[in-house]
Amino acid sequence: MNDQTSKTSKEHFEPVHTNKVGGSPFTGVTGWIDNRLPIIRMFRHEYLDFQVPKSLSYFWSFGGILTICLVLLIVTGISLGMHYKPDANQAFDSVEKIMRDVNFGWLIRYAHMNLASFFFIAVYLHIFRGLYYGSYKEPRELMWLLGIVIFFLMMATAFLGYTLPWGQMSYWGATVITNLFSAVPLVGDFIVTWLWGDYAVGDAALNRFYVLHWLIAFLIVGVVVFHVIALHIVGSNNPSGIEPKDTRDTVSFSPFTTSKDLLAMLVFLLIFVAVMMYAPNYLGHPDNYIPANPMVTPAHIVPEWYFLPFYAILRSIPDKLMGVIAMVSSIAVLGLLPWLDFSKVRSSVFRPIWKQCIFLFVLDFFVLMYIGGAPAEGIYLVIARIGTAFCFAFFFILAPLVSIIEKPLPMPTSIHEFEEWKKQGKIKTIKLFNK
Amino acid sequence: MSEIKNKDKTTRRDFLTTVTATVGAVGVGAAVLPVISQMNPDSSVKALASIEVDLSKVKEGQEITVLWRGKPVFIKRRTKEEIQKAQQTNLKDLKDPQEDKLRVKKGKDEWLVVVGVCTHLGCVPIGGKGDYNGWFCPCHGSHYDTSGRIRKGPAPTNLEVPQYEFVSNDKIKIG
Ligand code: FES
Repeated sequence: MNDQTSKTSKEHFEPVHTNKVGGSPFTGVTGWIDNRLPIIRMFRHEYLDFQVPKSLSYFWSFGGILTICLVLLIVTGISLGMHYKPDANQAFDSVEKIMRDVNFGWLIRYAHMNLASFFFIAVYLHIFRGLYYGSYKEPRELMWLLGIVIFFLMMATAFLGYTLPWGQMSYWGATVITNLFSAVPLVGDFIVTWLWGDYAVGDAALNRFYVLHWLIAFLIVGVVVFHVIALHIVGSNNPSGIEPKDTRDTVSFSPFTTSKDLLAMLVFLLIFVAVMMYAPNYLGHPDNYIPANPMVTPAHIVPEWYFLPFYAILRSIPDKLMGVIAMVSSIAVLGLLPWLDFSKVRSSVFRPIWKQCIFLFVLDFFVLMYIGGAPAEGIYLVIARIGTAFCFAFFFILAPLVSIIEKPLPMPTSIHEFEEWKKQGKIKTIKLFNK
Repeated sequence: MSEIKNKDKTTRRDFLTTVTATVGAVGVGAAVLPVISQMNPDSSVKALASIEVDLSKVKEGQEITVLWRGKPVFIKRRTKEEIQKAQQTNLKDLKDPQEDKLRVKKGKDEWLVVVGVCTHLGCVPIGGKGDYNGWFCPCHGSHYDTSGRIRKGPAPTNLEVPQYEFVSNDKIKIG
């Protein structure tokens, strides 16, 4: 003890500040708060002064659109939760009660139901944007990976939500999807019984699905926060795929991007409201208005439209375990794309071959979506297998191969030059109702 | 001198670290177990595990479905030809080879009792359909024969034969 004090007394002490109060650019009450909890200056820094590339198209509005959808889903979800009963004997009736008796119950339920579909529409467009403009490439890999995590969580919570009305499709969808875990070697059956809390999907399962539907919804909010934090570190990509260099290349996030995003949200929500009001059940399945019956499986069980491509992949493989692995990896493989595609050029605008590959991939997505809803036999099965093969070939063969053999088109050196070229008609970009 | 002291100190610290870590691990384990285990089937579910079924009204060629543990169970009174077909199947033609006599009770060839849950992903197959006249699963196209064995499609194994016994000539107890 003595040794120590005599030794350290000769040393120089670094000052320590555990108290970091201060530094706010604001005064008054705002300053008082901001000095103690610096969210106000953070907000100004990240949302008002924040610089974004000036070439952003409406494809960059889907992040904002998705945020709005998520908020609306949570608000409508909380409202529905106040009337819904997660009990195998009462669930179906409580949903009907919401539809008939609860004030505006029909509106809130139809909104929640259709928002889920529109959330997927927006997410697919958002992912397409990322693919086409190379938003997954260095330095945005982690943001891309977080996006894939969100996508997985979305699928889980959408599936769980779909089971809650306890109709025939809910019940059999739940049975088929939870049975996917029985493909796990050795412990598969134990896992399934554990998930069900019974020997079949029933009351115990419904109750926990309800709890997990909530839990995962809020997990999504958490991962979205990380996704956005990462975005504010790496910055937005843009149609040119070139990083901004000086003020000629950027605009302030507000009011430029905010006003543009607001307009996009408005258009998107108008379409959503039109579908919700005029065809609220168009995207659903009529069999789900028949109460769950564990004795009879409906003749055609199909998942919700947004799962169809993956369902087609599952069915295209005649082996249970391999089918499940193929289905899961067809999504997870997106996470490898930043490393499978090592071309230095981000934007497909300058990648003539890769651009074609992406359009083929999109076509494949729609073909598989169609097949997923068709019976699994004959010609459909053949097409499903070709589609599945192409999906994996896209990632494991085309991506690395094209990175090597493709010769990118001549590129401008900056975003403002890119804009010049666009005006002169030297390059073509995808136009989404602007200009 | 100080070196020896240091050494002493390290051993003592090591010991405390190990003890603390062990107690901590046991504590975490003890806390996690109930949280995981609560999700398994509870006592009331397990208590409902067996049922008795009266077979006296089932005619030859007929099939009935009963609910057991929340799952349908098919009880089929097979015809002579169906039994014959099931018995004469070459084991080499089967994906999950099993003789018919192992799937019924001795001397009760007539009665086939299987859990009516497709071994693929759990749909309920439809009786008297499919390429083998046993069952056909509409979900992803699995065909089962008159012994409930998988013949074609994505299902990996035969329809499960539940634990059951004949309590009298025309009464069985499942479970
Ligand atoms: S569940 Fe029967 S074939 Fe898939």
